[in-house]
Amino acid sequence: MSNATLSDKRPSSLKGATLPKWFAWAVAAGSVALGLGISAAAGLDSSIQWALIAAALFVIGSYGISARVEGRRQAKDRIATSLIWVAFLLAVIPLASLIYETIKRGVKVLDGYFLSHSMGVVSDTEPGGGIYHALLGTLEQVGIATVISVPIGVLTAIYLVEYGRGKLSRAITFFVDVMTGIPSIVAGLFILSLWIVILGMGYSGFAGSMALSILMLPVVVRSTEEMLKLVPNELREASLALGVPKWRTILKVVLPTSIGGITTGVMLAVARITGETAPLLLLVWVTNFINSNPFKDPQGSLPVYIYLQFANSGGLGPAYDRAWAAALVLIAFIMILNLVARGIARWKAPKTGR
Amino acid sequence: MDISTPKAPAPPTPEPPTTEQKRAARGATRPGDRIFLALSRGSGIFLLVVMAAIAVFLSLRAFNAISEDEANFFTTFEWNPTGEPPVFGIAVLAFGTVVSSIIALAIAVPVSIGIALFITHYAPRKLGGPIAYVIDLLAAVPSIVYGLWGALVLVPNLVGLYGWLDEYLGWTGIFEWSGGAPRALLTVGILLAIMILPIITNVSREVFRQVPQMHEEAALALGATRWEVIRMSVLPYGRSGVISASMLGLGRALGETMAVAMVLSPTFDINASLLDPGGGTFAQNIASKFNEATENGRDALIASGLVLFVITLLVNGTARIIIERRKEFSGANA
Repeated sequence: MSNATLSDKRPSSLKGATLPKWFAWAVAAGSVALGLGISAAAGLDSSIQWALIAAALFVIGSYGISARVEGRRQAKDRIATSLIWVAFLLAVIPLASLIYETIKRGVKVLDGYFLSHSMGVVSDTEPGGGIYHALLGTLEQVGIATVISVPIGVLTAIYLVEYGRGKLSRAITFFVDVMTGIPSIVAGLFILSLWIVILGMGYSGFAGSMALSILMLPVVVRSTEEMLKLVPNELREASLALGVPKWRTILKVVLPTSIGGITTGVMLAVARITGETAPLLLLVWVTNFINSNPFKDPQGSLPVYIYLQFANSGGLGPAYDRAWAAALVLIAFIMILNLVARGIARWKAPKTGR
Repeated sequence: MDISTPKAPAPPTPEPPTTEQKRAARGATRPGDRIFLALSRGSGIFLLVVMAAIAVFLSLRAFNAISEDEANFFTTFEWNPTGEPPVFGIAVLAFGTVVSSIIALAIAVPVSIGIALFITHYAPRKLGGPIAYVIDLLAAVPSIVYGLWGALVLVPNLVGLYGWLDEYLGWTGIFEWSGGAPRALLTVGILLAIMILPIITNVSREVFRQVPQMHEEAALALGATRWEVIRMSVLPYGRSGVISASMLGLGRALGETMAVAMVLSPTFDINASLLDPGGGTFAQNIASKFNEATENGRDALIASGLVLFVITLLVNGTARIIIERRKEFSGANA
């Protein structure tokens, strides 16, 4: 590249000229400043715009300078690196904003009163009221869905791993995978047409639970299957060699070994269905009153509560505050489930025979 | 048998195993075993039955609705199942669903590949794990919360971008904006992109992580820059994985309900511009029309749900088949 390095320092001639490490940061800072300057001058008010301008400036700037000093290939490498950083930042901004806004707006009305009272006699536009009825409904519906889908899911996974050979198990595997992708609203419509339209049952928490368990089943099967596959074959063989029947081997050796992972999978599945809204809207309907019987009459539920507070409020303050607070409760619940599940996974990871 | 070898006395042929022995060999002779096998096979079959039942019951109601329909179900630009005569069709819904999902994929796929590469190849070792963990957690944020955020935070923030697009790209017709609230298909596409980022990222990340170390080291040893390593060894290896990840994301985007219903202001006509109200999606239409639907209306919604079900089935099935094929034929298991 440059003649000076070639003539006086021979070893470094093996390496092309490189820009110092702070180069990328300097260009980044420069382009952000310039982007802000341009948008201030042009009177652009959206933060998305100056960020886009700054990103474009950064990419062009670093490519130009690097291509002159280090060569085209290195310059391309720099472009790729910065594009990948940009992609990462692009993704982080909305996600960070989501968490930030939910917490900021949610804590306004979130307190003991909010958690322990229903919306019974509170109209949508007034302050006050709470989510007790919705919390109760969600816990019951999700609980029933779990009770339905865990035994079926775990048994299916056992069939696939311990017994399944041939066409039947291949078909089940394929359809479990496909089932994972069923839109929640379609599951809701199915139960609607079977349970409510054809069998003539009314709205109830249980109808919602059935739709939720359709969504939960494939997740439970997949995660349990993965966990059972991790159980070393030596354990099964040792048990069978002692003359223990296969079913007892599965119950006493295979399942206990993988119980940690299965629990994790179930908790992640619960976390996934807790936030489902659409099927509940079709099947459980809505109420502002406390209904603790999941088998009769509409029930409240947390996701639908958020939707109602959002949709029926006419854009007025108190209802929005309640919607955000309920969203915060929902996210917190799901995140805690997730964290605990992963904690269990790490704590009880199956020992893989080594 | 070789003829030249001296004839050995034929070994005594074993008795053909009795059914009892066969059962014993399979380990299913004891009553406990038989019950357990029946139970577990039964739950597997139950799963298949549920899938079949979904198809059957949706078709049943859908057939009812379509036979009442006075217009062509696939090409009509109207939704009036309670009218006299009932007239409804899914053309607008299909348009909105496809367009918003394509926008979402166009944004989410490159960004997700970027994040996946960032986690596996660019981020400092110590950061990679936590970032992947956070993205896992974000996959768990429910769609209703995304919807709330989209409607109350994203929509107001997009006004500037819409104006900008209209000013500089308005001449294309696609980005024309008449100045209403930005609750159009582009907004939906952006929100869906944010929602499907985590799943595409997670699957691509797993694939990129499985790239044989040897391939990368070979490229590095030949003097490749980091980008060249990625372009020559990581991306070709991960291509089918990324495709199936995108299709899984597409499946999510197609069926997303609440977030779309909260952000979009639906109309029942098609608009060439992505920034002006025009179109709806299958799922959104079901959620927003459901509470005012009579029995006919319900059946019509179920019919549109059946179409959605078939589309997502095809998309997800294809994705899974691609993944399966890759598993069988990938020769690089070093």
